[in-house]
Amino acid sequence: MKGLGAIYLQQFSTTLASQLQYRAVLFIWLIGQVLEPLIYLVVWSAVSRSTGGNVGGFSAGEFSAYFILLMLINHSTFTWIMWEQEYRIRLGTFSFALLKPVHPIHSDIADNVSYKLITFPVMLLVALALSLAFHPEFHFAPWAVMAFFPALGLAFLVRFLLEWTLAMTAFWTTRVSAINQVYFVLLLFFSGQIAPLSLLPGPIQAVASILPFRWMISFPAELFLGRLTPSQALAGLAAQVAWLAGCLILMKIIWRAGLRVYSAVGA
Amino acid sequence: MAVTALPVIHIRDLRKTYVVSERETGARAALKSLVHRRMQEVPAVAGISFDIAAGEIVGFLGPNGAGKTTTLKMLSGLLHPSGGEVAVLCHIPWKREKAFLRKITLVMGQRNQLVWDIPAADSFELNRAIYRIPSDVYRRSLDDLTGLLDLEPLLRKPVRNLSLGERMKCEIAAALLHRPQVVFLDEPTIGLDVSMQRRIRSFIADYNRRYGATVLLTSHYMADVEALCRRVIVIHHGRLLFDGELSGLVQRFTRHKTIVIQLQDCSVDLHAYGEIIECVDGRATLRVPKAETARVTERLLADLPLIDLTVEDPPIEEIIEQVFAQEVL
Repeated sequence: MKGLGAIYLQQFSTTLASQLQYRAVLFIWLIGQVLEPLIYLVVWSAVSRSTGGNVGGFSAGEFSAYFILLMLINHSTFTWIMWEQEYRIRLGTFSFALLKPVHPIHSDIADNVSYKLITFPVMLLVALALSLAFHPEFHFAPWAVMAFFPALGLAFLVRFLLEWTLAMTAFWTTRVSAINQVYFVLLLFFSGQIAPLSLLPGPIQAVASILPFRWMISFPAELFLGRLTPSQALAGLAAQVAWLAGCLILMKIIWRAGLRVYSAVGA
Repeated sequence: MAVTALPVIHIRDLRKTYVVSERETGARAALKSLVHRRMQEVPAVAGISFDIAAGEIVGFLGPNGAGKTTTLKMLSGLLHPSGGEVAVLCHIPWKREKAFLRKITLVMGQRNQLVWDIPAADSFELNRAIYRIPSDVYRRSLDDLTGLLDLEPLLRKPVRNLSLGERMKCEIAAALLHRPQVVFLDEPTIGLDVSMQRRIRSFIADYNRRYGATVLLTSHYMADVEALCRRVIVIHHGRLLFDGELSGLVQRFTRHKTIVIQLQDCSVDLHAYGEIIECVDGRATLRVPKAETARVTERLLADLPLIDLTVEDPPIEEIIEQVFAQEVL
Protein backbone atom coordinates (compact mmCIF):
# COMPACT_ATOMS: atom_id res chain seq x y z
CA MET A 1 0.00 0.00 0.00
CA LYS A 2 2.88 2.34 0.80
CA GLY A 3 4.24 1.82 -2.69
CA LEU A 4 0.86 2.53 -4.23
CA GLY A 5 0.60 5.76 -2.22
CA ALA A 6 3.95 6.89 -3.60
CA ILE A 7 2.78 6.15 -7.14
CA TYR A 8 -0.37 8.22 -6.60
CA LEU A 9 1.58 11.15 -5.19
CA GLN A 10 4.03 11.06 -8.07
CA GLN A 11 1.25 10.69 -10.63
CA PHE A 12 -0.52 13.69 -9.09
CA SER A 13 2.47 15.92 -9.52
CA THR A 14 3.17 14.60 -13.02
CA THR A 15 -0.40 15.19 -14.13
CA LEU A 16 -0.55 18.59 -12.49
CA ALA A 17 2.62 19.65 -14.27
CA SER A 18 1.39 18.22 -17.54
CA GLN A 19 -2.08 19.76 -17.39
CA LEU A 20 -0.90 23.15 -16.27
CA GLN A 21 0.95 23.33 -19.58
CA TYR A 22 -2.39 23.68 -21.26
CA ARG A 23 -4.31 26.13 -19.13
CA ALA A 24 -6.33 27.43 -22.08
CA VAL A 25 -7.57 23.99 -23.13
CA LEU A 26 -8.33 23.19 -19.52
CA PHE A 27 -10.71 26.12 -19.24
CA ILE A 28 -12.29 25.66 -22.64
CA TRP A 29 -13.31 22.21 -21.44
CA LEU A 30 -14.80 23.81 -18.36
CA ILE A 31 -17.01 26.03 -20.49
CA GLY A 32 -18.72 22.92 -21.83
CA GLN A 33 -19.15 21.60 -18.32
CA VAL A 34 -20.87 24.83 -17.32
CA LEU A 35 -22.97 25.51 -20.42
CA GLU A 36 -24.97 22.30 -20.41
CA PRO A 37 -26.46 22.58 -16.90
CA LEU A 38 -26.87 26.31 -17.46
CA ILE A 39 -29.16 25.68 -20.44
CA TYR A 40 -31.36 23.27 -18.47
CA LEU A 41 -31.36 25.65 -15.53
CA VAL A 42 -32.60 28.53 -17.67
CA VAL A 43 -35.25 26.41 -19.39
CA TRP A 44 -36.65 24.89 -16.21
CA SER A 45 -36.65 28.16 -14.26
CA ALA A 46 -38.60 29.71 -17.12
CA VAL A 47 -41.05 26.81 -17.16
CA SER A 48 -41.46 27.07 -13.40
CA ARG A 49 -42.14 30.79 -13.51
CA SER A 50 -44.63 30.45 -16.35
CA THR A 51 -46.63 27.83 -14.45
CA GLY A 52 -47.05 29.91 -11.33
CA GLY A 53 -43.73 29.19 -9.69
CA ASN A 54 -43.94 25.46 -9.22
CA VAL A 55 -43.29 22.41 -11.41
CA GLY A 56 -43.51 19.01 -9.78
CA GLY A 57 -42.48 20.42 -6.42
CA PHE A 58 -39.66 22.59 -7.80
CA SER A 59 -39.77 26.37 -7.59
CA ALA A 60 -37.53 28.43 -9.89
CA GLY A 61 -35.04 28.84 -7.03
CA GLU A 62 -35.06 25.12 -6.34
CA PHE A 63 -34.38 24.38 -9.98
CA SER A 64 -31.41 26.75 -9.75
CA ALA A 65 -30.12 25.00 -6.65
CA TYR A 66 -30.56 21.58 -8.29
CA PHE A 67 -28.78 22.40 -11.53
CA ILE A 68 -25.94 24.36 -9.93
CA LEU A 69 -25.29 21.52 -7.53
CA LEU A 70 -25.62 18.96 -10.33
CA MET A 71 -23.00 20.88 -12.30
CA LEU A 72 -20.55 20.53 -9.42
CA ILE A 73 -21.32 16.84 -8.93
CA ASN A 74 -21.07 16.09 -12.62
CA HIS A 75 -17.75 17.85 -12.70
CA SER A 76 -16.48 15.88 -9.70
CA THR A 77 -17.44 12.52 -11.14
CA PHE A 78 -16.92 12.82 -14.90
CA THR A 79 -14.14 10.98 -16.75
CA TRP A 80 -12.67 11.21 -20.24
CA ILE A 81 -11.16 7.76 -20.18
CA MET A 82 -13.48 6.42 -22.87
CA TRP A 83 -11.91 8.67 -25.50
CA GLU A 84 -8.43 8.41 -24.13
CA GLN A 85 -8.35 4.63 -24.10
CA GLU A 86 -9.41 4.36 -27.75
CA TYR A 87 -6.59 6.73 -28.62
CA ARG A 88 -4.03 4.87 -26.52
CA ILE A 89 -4.90 1.52 -28.04
CA ARG A 90 -4.89 2.89 -31.56
CA LEU A 91 -1.49 4.49 -31.08
CA GLY A 92 -0.10 1.49 -29.26
CA THR A 93 1.00 3.53 -26.24
CA PHE A 94 -1.13 1.31 -24.03
CA SER A 95 1.57 -1.33 -24.36
CA PHE A 96 3.82 0.79 -22.17
CA ALA A 97 1.19 0.80 -19.44
CA LEU A 98 1.08 -2.99 -19.63
CA LEU A 99 4.84 -3.26 -19.24
CA LYS A 100 4.71 -1.46 -15.91
CA PRO A 101 4.47 -3.46 -12.69
CA VAL A 102 1.29 -1.68 -11.58
CA HIS A 103 -2.33 -1.86 -12.72
CA PRO A 104 -2.99 0.94 -15.24
CA ILE A 105 -6.23 1.98 -13.51
CA HIS A 106 -4.20 3.63 -10.76
CA SER A 107 -2.56 6.17 -13.01
CA ASP A 108 -5.94 6.91 -14.59
CA ILE A 109 -7.54 7.56 -11.21
CA ALA A 110 -4.66 9.77 -10.13
CA ASP A 111 -4.84 11.58 -13.45
CA ASN A 112 -8.55 12.21 -13.06
CA VAL A 113 -8.35 13.37 -9.46
CA SER A 114 -5.51 15.77 -10.15
CA TYR A 115 -7.42 17.39 -13.01
CA LYS A 116 -10.31 17.88 -10.62
CA LEU A 117 -8.01 19.41 -8.02
CA ILE A 118 -6.92 22.05 -10.50
CA THR A 119 -10.32 22.82 -11.92
CA PHE A 120 -12.64 22.49 -8.93
CA PRO A 121 -11.86 25.92 -7.46
CA VAL A 122 -12.79 27.47 -10.80
CA MET A 123 -16.04 25.51 -10.86
CA LEU A 124 -16.82 26.76 -7.36
CA LEU A 125 -16.36 30.35 -8.53
CA VAL A 126 -18.66 29.64 -11.47
CA ALA A 127 -21.22 28.14 -9.09
CA LEU A 128 -20.99 31.27 -6.96
CA ALA A 129 -21.53 33.52 -9.98
CA LEU A 130 -24.50 31.42 -11.13
CA SER A 131 -25.93 31.64 -7.60
CA LEU A 132 -25.78 35.42 -7.74
CA ALA A 133 -27.57 35.38 -11.09
CA PHE A 134 -30.21 32.71 -10.46
CA HIS A 135 -30.93 32.92 -6.70
CA PRO A 136 -30.97 29.24 -5.76
CA GLU A 137 -33.01 28.13 -2.74
CA PHE A 138 -31.33 25.54 -0.55
CA HIS A 139 -33.13 23.68 2.23
CA PHE A 140 -30.46 21.96 4.29
CA ALA A 141 -30.91 19.09 6.67
CA PRO A 142 -27.64 18.53 8.60
CA TRP A 143 -27.82 14.71 8.40
CA ALA A 144 -28.42 14.91 4.65
CA VAL A 145 -25.47 17.23 4.12
CA MET A 146 -23.32 14.80 6.09
CA ALA A 147 -24.54 11.84 4.05
CA PHE A 148 -23.85 13.82 0.87
CA PHE A 149 -20.07 13.38 1.08
CA PRO A 150 -19.95 9.57 1.16
CA ALA A 151 -22.64 9.59 -1.55
CA LEU A 152 -20.45 11.84 -3.69
CA GLY A 153 -17.42 9.61 -3.12
CA LEU A 154 -19.38 6.51 -4.08
CA ALA A 155 -20.82 8.31 -7.11
CA PHE A 156 -17.28 9.06 -8.27
CA LEU A 157 -16.12 5.48 -7.78
CA VAL A 158 -19.13 3.92 -9.50
CA ARG A 159 -18.88 6.28 -12.46
CA PHE A 160 -15.14 5.91 -12.75
CA LEU A 161 -15.22 2.13 -12.66
CA LEU A 162 -18.14 1.88 -15.08
CA GLU A 163 -16.64 4.27 -17.61
CA TRP A 164 -13.17 2.76 -17.23
CA THR A 165 -14.67 -0.67 -17.90
CA LEU A 166 -16.60 0.63 -20.93
CA ALA A 167 -13.39 2.22 -22.17
CA MET A 168 -11.80 -1.21 -22.21
CA THR A 169 -14.14 -2.21 -25.04
CA ALA A 170 -11.45 -0.50 -27.12
CA PHE A 171 -9.68 -3.85 -26.82
CA TRP A 172 -12.32 -5.31 -29.15
CA THR A 173 -13.07 -2.41 -31.42
CA THR A 174 -11.09 0.70 -32.12
CA ARG A 175 -14.31 2.56 -32.86
CA VAL A 176 -15.55 3.04 -29.34
CA SER A 177 -17.14 6.39 -30.21
CA ALA A 178 -20.37 4.66 -31.24
CA ILE A 179 -20.65 2.99 -27.83
CA ASN A 180 -19.80 6.30 -26.18
CA GLN A 181 -22.67 8.02 -28.00
CA VAL A 182 -25.25 5.52 -26.76
CA TYR A 183 -23.82 5.66 -23.27
CA PHE A 184 -23.94 9.45 -23.07
CA VAL A 185 -27.54 9.66 -24.24
CA LEU A 186 -28.57 7.17 -21.55
CA LEU A 187 -26.46 9.01 -19.00
CA LEU A 188 -27.94 12.40 -19.85
CA PHE A 189 -31.49 11.17 -19.51
CA PHE A 190 -31.31 8.75 -16.60
CA SER A 191 -28.91 10.69 -14.40
CA GLY A 192 -31.25 13.63 -13.95
CA GLN A 193 -29.22 16.04 -16.04
CA ILE A 194 -32.04 17.00 -18.41
CA ALA A 195 -34.65 17.17 -15.70
CA PRO A 196 -34.84 16.12 -12.04
CA LEU A 197 -35.83 12.44 -12.06
CA SER A 198 -38.81 13.10 -9.80
CA LEU A 199 -40.44 15.00 -12.69
CA LEU A 200 -40.36 11.94 -14.93
CA PRO A 201 -43.22 9.40 -15.20
CA GLY A 202 -43.26 6.68 -12.53
CA PRO A 203 -42.09 3.79 -14.72
CA ILE A 204 -39.12 5.81 -15.97
CA GLN A 205 -38.22 6.74 -12.40
CA ALA A 206 -38.31 3.05 -11.54
CA VAL A 207 -35.98 2.24 -14.43
CA ALA A 208 -33.68 5.10 -13.41
CA SER A 209 -33.39 3.63 -9.92
CA ILE A 210 -32.31 0.28 -11.33
CA LEU A 211 -29.79 1.70 -13.79
CA PRO A 212 -26.47 3.01 -12.43
CA PHE A 213 -26.73 6.56 -13.82
CA ARG A 214 -28.80 8.10 -11.02
CA TRP A 215 -26.29 6.82 -8.48
CA MET A 216 -23.44 8.49 -10.36
CA ILE A 217 -24.89 12.01 -10.56
CA SER A 218 -28.32 13.01 -9.31
CA PHE A 219 -28.58 11.00 -6.10
CA PRO A 220 -26.05 13.10 -4.14
CA ALA A 221 -27.87 16.25 -5.32
CA GLU A 222 -31.28 14.95 -4.25
CA LEU A 223 -29.74 14.09 -0.90
CA PHE A 224 -28.07 17.47 -0.38
CA LEU A 225 -31.21 19.39 -1.30
CA GLY A 226 -33.26 17.55 1.32
CA ARG A 227 -35.51 15.82 -1.20
CA LEU A 228 -35.01 12.34 0.28
CA THR A 229 -36.20 10.76 3.52
CA PRO A 230 -33.55 9.08 5.72
CA SER A 231 -34.71 5.65 4.57
CA GLN A 232 -34.54 6.71 0.88
CA ALA A 233 -31.05 8.02 1.55
CA LEU A 234 -29.97 4.74 3.12
CA ALA A 235 -31.48 2.74 0.27
CA GLY A 236 -29.65 5.02 -2.14
CA LEU A 237 -26.30 4.52 -0.43
CA ALA A 238 -26.94 0.77 -0.47
CA ALA A 239 -27.69 0.94 -4.21
CA GLN A 240 -24.42 2.79 -4.72
CA VAL A 241 -22.47 0.17 -2.79
CA ALA A 242 -24.20 -2.59 -4.77
CA TRP A 243 -23.34 -0.89 -8.07
CA LEU A 244 -19.78 -0.38 -6.89
CA ALA A 245 -19.45 -4.09 -6.19
CA GLY A 246 -21.10 -4.92 -9.51
CA CYS A 247 -18.80 -2.58 -11.41
CA LEU A 248 -15.74 -4.01 -9.71
CA ILE A 249 -16.68 -7.52 -10.76
CA LEU A 250 -17.57 -6.37 -14.27
CA MET A 251 -14.30 -4.50 -14.53
CA LYS A 252 -12.28 -7.54 -13.53
CA ILE A 253 -14.05 -9.74 -16.05
CA ILE A 254 -13.81 -7.25 -18.92
CA TRP A 255 -10.19 -6.41 -18.07
CA ARG A 256 -9.15 -10.05 -18.18
CA ALA A 257 -11.07 -10.84 -21.34
CA GLY A 258 -9.81 -7.63 -22.93
CA LEU A 259 -6.22 -8.41 -22.12
CA ARG A 260 -6.65 -11.81 -23.70
CA VAL A 261 -7.90 -10.19 -26.88
CA TYR A 262 -5.21 -7.51 -26.82
CA SER A 263 -2.48 -10.07 -26.31
CA ALA A 264 -3.90 -12.20 -29.10
CA VAL A 265 -4.04 -9.38 -31.60
CA GLY A 266 -1.28 -7.08 -30.51
CA ALA A 267 -1.15 -3.40 -31.30
CA MET B 1 32.44 -27.55 -9.94
CA ALA B 2 30.88 -26.65 -13.24
CA VAL B 3 27.68 -24.72 -12.89
CA THR B 4 25.26 -24.93 -15.77
CA ALA B 5 23.43 -21.65 -15.68
CA LEU B 6 19.83 -21.63 -16.82
CA PRO B 7 19.34 -19.57 -19.95
CA VAL B 8 17.90 -16.13 -19.28
CA ILE B 9 15.72 -16.37 -22.36
CA HIS B 10 14.39 -19.71 -23.44
CA ILE B 11 12.03 -20.33 -26.33
CA ARG B 12 11.08 -23.60 -27.95
CA ASP B 13 8.98 -23.96 -31.06
CA LEU B 14 7.42 -20.57 -30.33
CA ARG B 15 4.47 -19.70 -32.52
CA LYS B 16 2.17 -16.78 -33.04
CA THR B 17 -0.67 -16.82 -35.49
CA TYR B 18 -2.78 -13.73 -36.03
CA VAL B 19 -6.37 -14.14 -37.12
CA VAL B 20 -7.33 -11.30 -39.42
CA SER B 21 -10.47 -10.66 -41.39
CA GLU B 22 -9.94 -10.47 -45.09
CA ARG B 23 -12.15 -9.17 -47.83
CA GLU B 24 -11.86 -8.27 -51.41
CA THR B 25 -11.92 -4.66 -52.51
CA GLY B 26 -15.09 -2.97 -53.69
CA ALA B 27 -18.47 -2.01 -52.28
CA ARG B 28 -20.07 -5.39 -52.86
CA ALA B 29 -17.40 -7.17 -50.92
CA ALA B 30 -17.75 -4.57 -48.17
CA LEU B 31 -21.48 -5.26 -47.89
CA LYS B 32 -20.89 -8.98 -47.94
CA SER B 33 -18.36 -8.69 -45.16
CA LEU B 34 -21.00 -7.04 -42.96
CA VAL B 35 -22.86 -10.34 -42.87
CA HIS B 36 -20.08 -12.80 -43.15
CA ARG B 37 -16.46 -12.16 -42.43
CA ARG B 38 -13.87 -14.46 -43.81
CA MET B 39 -11.12 -14.93 -41.32
CA GLN B 40 -7.63 -15.81 -42.30
CA GLU B 41 -4.81 -17.11 -40.18
CA VAL B 42 -1.52 -15.37 -40.66
CA PRO B 43 1.46 -17.07 -39.03
CA ALA B 44 3.79 -14.32 -37.81
CA VAL B 45 6.11 -16.60 -35.89
CA ALA B 46 6.10 -20.18 -37.11
CA GLY B 47 8.05 -22.20 -34.60
CA ILE B 48 11.35 -20.73 -33.56
CA SER B 49 13.67 -21.93 -30.81
CA PHE B 50 16.70 -20.42 -29.13
CA ASP B 51 18.29 -19.87 -25.74
CA ILE B 52 20.14 -16.77 -24.63
CA ALA B 53 22.51 -16.84 -21.67
CA ALA B 54 22.99 -14.13 -19.05
CA GLY B 55 25.04 -11.20 -20.25
CA GLU B 56 24.81 -11.91 -23.97
CA ILE B 57 24.07 -9.19 -26.52
CA VAL B 58 22.27 -10.82 -29.40
CA GLY B 59 21.29 -9.19 -32.66
CA PHE B 60 17.85 -10.23 -33.86
CA LEU B 61 17.65 -9.75 -37.60
CA GLY B 62 15.11 -10.17 -40.31
CA PRO B 63 13.34 -8.13 -42.97
CA ASN B 64 10.18 -6.16 -42.18
CA GLY B 65 7.39 -8.52 -41.24
CA ALA B 66 9.75 -11.38 -40.38
CA GLY B 67 8.28 -11.69 -36.89
CA LYS B 68 10.93 -9.86 -34.85
CA THR B 69 8.63 -7.43 -33.08
CA THR B 70 6.05 -10.15 -32.52
CA THR B 71 8.73 -12.27 -30.85
CA LEU B 72 9.91 -9.36 -28.68
CA LYS B 73 6.32 -8.72 -27.63
CA MET B 74 5.90 -12.37 -26.66
CA LEU B 75 9.13 -12.21 -24.68
CA SER B 76 8.06 -9.07 -22.83
CA GLY B 77 4.58 -10.37 -22.07
CA LEU B 78 2.53 -8.13 -24.36
CA LEU B 79 1.48 -10.99 -26.60
CA HIS B 80 0.19 -14.41 -25.75
CA PRO B 81 1.93 -17.08 -27.87
CA SER B 82 -0.24 -19.36 -30.00
CA GLY B 83 2.02 -22.27 -29.19
CA GLY B 84 5.39 -23.38 -27.91
CA GLU B 85 7.34 -22.54 -24.79
CA VAL B 86 8.66 -19.20 -23.65
CA ALA B 87 10.43 -18.33 -20.42
CA VAL B 88 12.35 -15.20 -19.47
CA LEU B 89 14.24 -15.25 -16.16
CA CYS B 90 12.18 -18.34 -15.34
CA HIS B 91 8.93 -16.36 -15.64
CA ILE B 92 6.21 -16.97 -18.17
CA PRO B 93 6.05 -13.50 -19.74
CA TRP B 94 2.35 -13.30 -20.62
CA LYS B 95 1.40 -13.80 -16.99
CA ARG B 96 2.89 -10.31 -16.50
CA GLU B 97 3.86 -10.96 -12.89
CA LYS B 98 5.09 -7.81 -11.16
CA ALA B 99 8.35 -9.51 -10.20
CA PHE B 100 8.93 -10.22 -13.89
CA LEU B 101 8.00 -6.76 -15.15
CA ARG B 102 10.42 -5.18 -12.67
CA LYS B 103 13.30 -7.13 -14.20
CA ILE B 104 12.79 -6.40 -17.88
CA THR B 105 12.36 -3.49 -20.21
CA LEU B 106 11.26 -3.00 -23.80
CA VAL B 107 12.37 0.01 -25.79
CA MET B 108 10.51 0.60 -29.02
CA GLY B 109 12.29 3.08 -31.23
CA GLN B 110 9.11 4.20 -32.90
CA ARG B 111 6.97 4.72 -29.82
CA ASN B 112 7.44 6.74 -26.73
CA GLN B 113 6.56 6.32 -23.10
CA LEU B 114 7.69 9.70 -21.80
CA VAL B 115 4.99 12.21 -20.95
CA TRP B 116 5.05 14.67 -23.83
CA ASP B 117 4.44 17.96 -22.07
CA ILE B 118 6.72 17.77 -19.07
CA PRO B 119 10.48 17.42 -18.62
CA ALA B 120 11.90 13.91 -18.84
CA ALA B 121 13.07 14.22 -15.23
CA ASP B 122 9.43 14.18 -14.10
CA SER B 123 8.71 11.02 -16.10
CA PHE B 124 11.79 9.48 -14.50
CA GLU B 125 10.40 10.28 -11.05
CA LEU B 126 7.16 8.58 -12.00
CA ASN B 127 9.07 5.46 -13.02
CA ARG B 128 10.97 5.58 -9.74
CA ALA B 129 7.65 5.33 -7.89
CA ILE B 130 6.17 2.73 -10.23
CA TYR B 131 9.21 0.44 -10.08
CA ARG B 132 9.71 1.19 -6.37
CA ILE B 133 13.36 2.00 -6.90
CA PRO B 134 15.04 2.76 -3.55
CA SER B 135 16.24 6.37 -3.53
CA ASP B 136 19.97 5.57 -3.30
CA VAL B 137 19.74 3.14 -6.22
CA TYR B 138 17.69 5.68 -8.17
CA ARG B 139 20.22 8.43 -7.52
CA ARG B 140 23.09 6.24 -8.72
CA SER B 141 21.16 4.92 -11.74
CA LEU B 142 20.22 8.42 -12.76
CA ASP B 143 23.78 9.70 -12.31
CA ASP B 144 25.15 6.81 -14.37
CA LEU B 145 22.62 7.26 -17.14
CA THR B 146 23.04 11.03 -17.14
CA GLY B 147 26.79 10.59 -17.52
CA LEU B 148 26.70 7.84 -20.11
CA LEU B 149 24.04 9.45 -22.28
CA ASP B 150 24.98 13.07 -21.60
CA LEU B 151 21.47 13.89 -20.41
CA GLU B 152 22.27 16.83 -18.14
CA PRO B 153 21.18 19.57 -20.56
CA LEU B 154 18.02 17.66 -21.55
CA LEU B 155 16.44 16.67 -18.27
CA ARG B 156 14.68 19.97 -17.56
CA LYS B 157 13.24 20.58 -21.01
CA PRO B 158 9.70 19.47 -21.88
CA VAL B 159 9.99 16.28 -23.93
CA ARG B 160 8.15 17.82 -26.87
CA ASN B 161 10.97 20.33 -27.27
CA LEU B 162 13.65 17.66 -27.64
CA SER B 163 15.02 16.49 -30.96
CA LEU B 164 14.39 12.90 -32.04
CA GLY B 165 17.85 11.80 -30.91
CA GLU B 166 17.61 13.61 -27.58
CA ARG B 167 14.22 12.10 -26.96
CA MET B 168 15.52 8.63 -27.75
CA LYS B 169 18.30 9.04 -25.21
CA CYS B 170 15.72 10.03 -22.59
CA GLU B 171 13.45 7.13 -23.61
CA ILE B 172 16.31 4.70 -23.13
CA ALA B 173 17.21 6.22 -19.77
CA ALA B 174 13.59 6.01 -18.59
CA ALA B 175 13.48 2.37 -19.63
CA LEU B 176 16.68 1.49 -17.76
CA LEU B 177 16.29 3.40 -14.47
CA HIS B 178 15.13 0.26 -12.71
CA ARG B 179 18.23 -1.57 -13.96
CA PRO B 180 16.49 -4.37 -15.78
CA GLN B 181 18.41 -7.61 -16.17
CA VAL B 182 16.87 -8.21 -19.56
CA VAL B 183 16.66 -5.48 -22.15
CA PHE B 184 14.64 -5.79 -25.34
CA LEU B 185 15.49 -3.12 -27.87
CA ASP B 186 13.33 -2.80 -30.96
CA GLU B 187 15.05 -0.52 -33.46
CA PRO B 188 16.58 1.76 -30.83
CA THR B 189 18.52 3.80 -33.38
CA ILE B 190 15.83 4.21 -36.03
CA GLY B 191 15.80 7.64 -37.61
CA LEU B 192 18.87 8.84 -35.72
CA ASP B 193 21.91 10.41 -37.32
CA VAL B 194 25.17 8.48 -37.49
CA SER B 195 26.83 10.07 -34.48
CA MET B 196 23.75 9.61 -32.31
CA GLN B 197 23.55 5.99 -33.44
CA ARG B 198 27.17 5.53 -32.40
CA ARG B 199 26.43 7.12 -29.05
CA ILE B 200 23.48 4.85 -28.33
CA ARG B 201 25.50 1.85 -29.45
CA SER B 202 28.40 2.51 -27.11
CA PHE B 203 25.91 3.15 -24.34
CA ILE B 204 24.27 -0.25 -24.85
CA ALA B 205 27.68 -1.91 -24.72
CA ASP B 206 28.49 -0.02 -21.50
CA TYR B 207 25.21 -0.93 -19.86
CA ASN B 208 25.73 -4.57 -20.74
CA ARG B 209 29.26 -4.55 -19.32
CA ARG B 210 28.41 -2.66 -16.20
CA TYR B 211 25.36 -4.60 -15.10
CA GLY B 212 25.81 -7.90 -16.91
CA ALA B 213 22.43 -7.37 -18.53
CA THR B 214 21.17 -9.59 -21.31
CA VAL B 215 20.28 -7.65 -24.44
CA LEU B 216 18.22 -8.72 -27.43
CA LEU B 217 18.33 -6.08 -30.13
CA THR B 218 16.65 -5.65 -33.49
CA SER B 219 18.02 -3.14 -35.91
CA HIS B 220 18.04 -2.38 -39.57
CA TYR B 221 21.44 -0.79 -39.24
CA MET B 222 24.10 -3.45 -39.63
CA ALA B 223 26.59 -1.12 -37.98
CA ASP B 224 24.63 -1.57 -34.73
CA VAL B 225 24.86 -5.32 -35.03
CA GLU B 226 28.52 -5.40 -36.03
CA ALA B 227 29.49 -3.13 -33.17
CA LEU B 228 27.48 -4.85 -30.46
CA CYS B 229 26.64 -8.43 -31.21
CA ARG B 230 28.89 -11.43 -31.44
CA ARG B 231 25.87 -13.60 -31.90
CA VAL B 232 23.04 -13.00 -34.32
CA ILE B 233 19.72 -14.72 -34.81
CA VAL B 234 18.16 -14.30 -38.22
CA ILE B 235 14.50 -14.99 -38.85
CA HIS B 236 12.51 -14.78 -42.03
CA HIS B 237 8.82 -15.54 -42.61
CA GLY B 238 8.59 -16.41 -38.92
CA ARG B 239 11.24 -19.12 -39.12
CA LEU B 240 14.78 -19.32 -37.88
CA LEU B 241 17.32 -18.97 -40.67
CA PHE B 242 20.50 -18.68 -38.69
CA ASP B 243 21.69 -18.64 -35.09
CA GLY B 244 25.37 -18.23 -34.42
CA GLU B 245 28.36 -15.92 -34.52
CA LEU B 246 28.23 -12.99 -36.86
CA SER B 247 31.38 -14.24 -38.59
CA GLY B 248 29.65 -17.59 -39.11
CA LEU B 249 26.78 -15.81 -40.83
CA VAL B 250 29.26 -14.25 -43.20
CA GLN B 251 30.90 -17.64 -43.84
CA ARG B 252 27.66 -19.41 -44.40
CA PHE B 253 25.78 -16.99 -46.54
CA THR B 254 28.45 -15.48 -48.70
CA ARG B 255 28.56 -17.21 -51.99
CA HIS B 256 30.85 -14.55 -53.37
CA LYS B 257 34.01 -12.76 -52.53
CA THR B 258 35.05 -9.34 -53.67
CA ILE B 259 38.42 -8.99 -55.36
CA VAL B 260 39.76 -5.47 -55.66
CA ILE B 261 42.66 -4.94 -58.04
CA GLN B 262 44.63 -1.86 -58.95
CA LEU B 263 45.61 -1.52 -62.61
CA GLN B 264 47.12 1.32 -64.64
CA ASP B 265 43.68 2.14 -66.06
CA CYS B 266 40.35 0.54 -66.88
CA SER B 267 41.14 -0.37 -70.48
CA VAL B 268 41.68 -4.10 -69.80
CA ASP B 269 38.67 -6.36 -70.39
CA LEU B 270 38.02 -8.14 -67.08
CA HIS B 271 34.85 -9.99 -68.01
CA ALA B 272 36.64 -13.30 -68.18
CA TYR B 273 37.54 -13.13 -64.47
CA GLY B 274 34.24 -12.35 -62.83
CA GLU B 275 31.38 -9.90 -62.52
CA ILE B 276 32.67 -6.34 -62.69
CA ILE B 277 31.09 -4.22 -60.01
CA GLU B 278 32.95 -1.07 -60.94
CA CYS B 279 36.22 0.24 -62.30
CA VAL B 280 37.36 3.73 -61.38
CA ASP B 281 40.81 5.11 -62.21
CA GLY B 282 42.13 1.61 -62.73
CA ARG B 283 40.74 0.35 -59.44
CA ALA B 284 38.44 -2.54 -60.34
CA THR B 285 36.07 -4.41 -58.07
CA LEU B 286 35.14 -7.92 -59.14
CA ARG B 287 32.65 -10.31 -57.65
CA VAL B 288 33.58 -13.96 -57.95
CA PRO B 289 32.02 -17.15 -56.60
CA LYS B 290 33.64 -18.08 -53.29
CA ALA B 291 34.94 -21.41 -54.60
CA GLU B 292 36.60 -19.73 -57.54
CA THR B 293 38.42 -17.09 -55.49
CA ALA B 294 41.79 -18.81 -55.36
CA ARG B 295 41.81 -19.72 -59.02
CA VAL B 296 40.72 -16.29 -60.21
CA THR B 297 43.30 -14.63 -57.99
CA GLU B 298 46.01 -16.80 -59.43
CA ARG B 299 44.95 -16.02 -62.99
CA LEU B 300 44.72 -12.31 -62.32
CA LEU B 301 48.22 -12.29 -60.87
CA ALA B 302 49.54 -14.30 -63.82
CA ASP B 303 47.71 -12.44 -66.59
CA LEU B 304 47.72 -8.80 -65.60
CA PRO B 305 50.24 -6.20 -64.51
CA LEU B 306 48.68 -5.62 -61.08
CA ILE B 307 49.81 -2.93 -58.69
CA ASP B 308 47.71 -4.31 -55.87
CA LEU B 309 45.17 -7.05 -55.11
CA THR B 310 42.93 -7.64 -52.11
CA VAL B 311 40.24 -10.24 -51.42
CA GLU B 312 37.35 -9.20 -49.21
CA ASP B 313 34.05 -10.46 -47.93
CA PRO B 314 31.18 -8.44 -49.26
CA PRO B 315 29.81 -5.83 -46.82
CA ILE B 316 27.52 -7.25 -44.17
CA GLU B 317 24.52 -5.33 -45.55
CA GLU B 318 24.93 -7.18 -48.80
CA ILE B 319 25.07 -10.54 -47.05
CA ILE B 320 21.97 -9.79 -45.06
CA GLU B 321 20.24 -8.68 -48.21
CA GLN B 322 21.11 -12.02 -49.78
CA VAL B 323 19.90 -13.92 -46.74
CA PHE B 324 16.58 -12.11 -46.82
CA ALA B 325 16.25 -12.62 -50.53
CA GLN B 326 16.34 -16.39 -50.27
CA GLU B 327 13.54 -18.52 -48.99
CA VAL B 328 13.91 -20.77 -45.94
CA LEU B 329 17.03 -22.86 -46.38
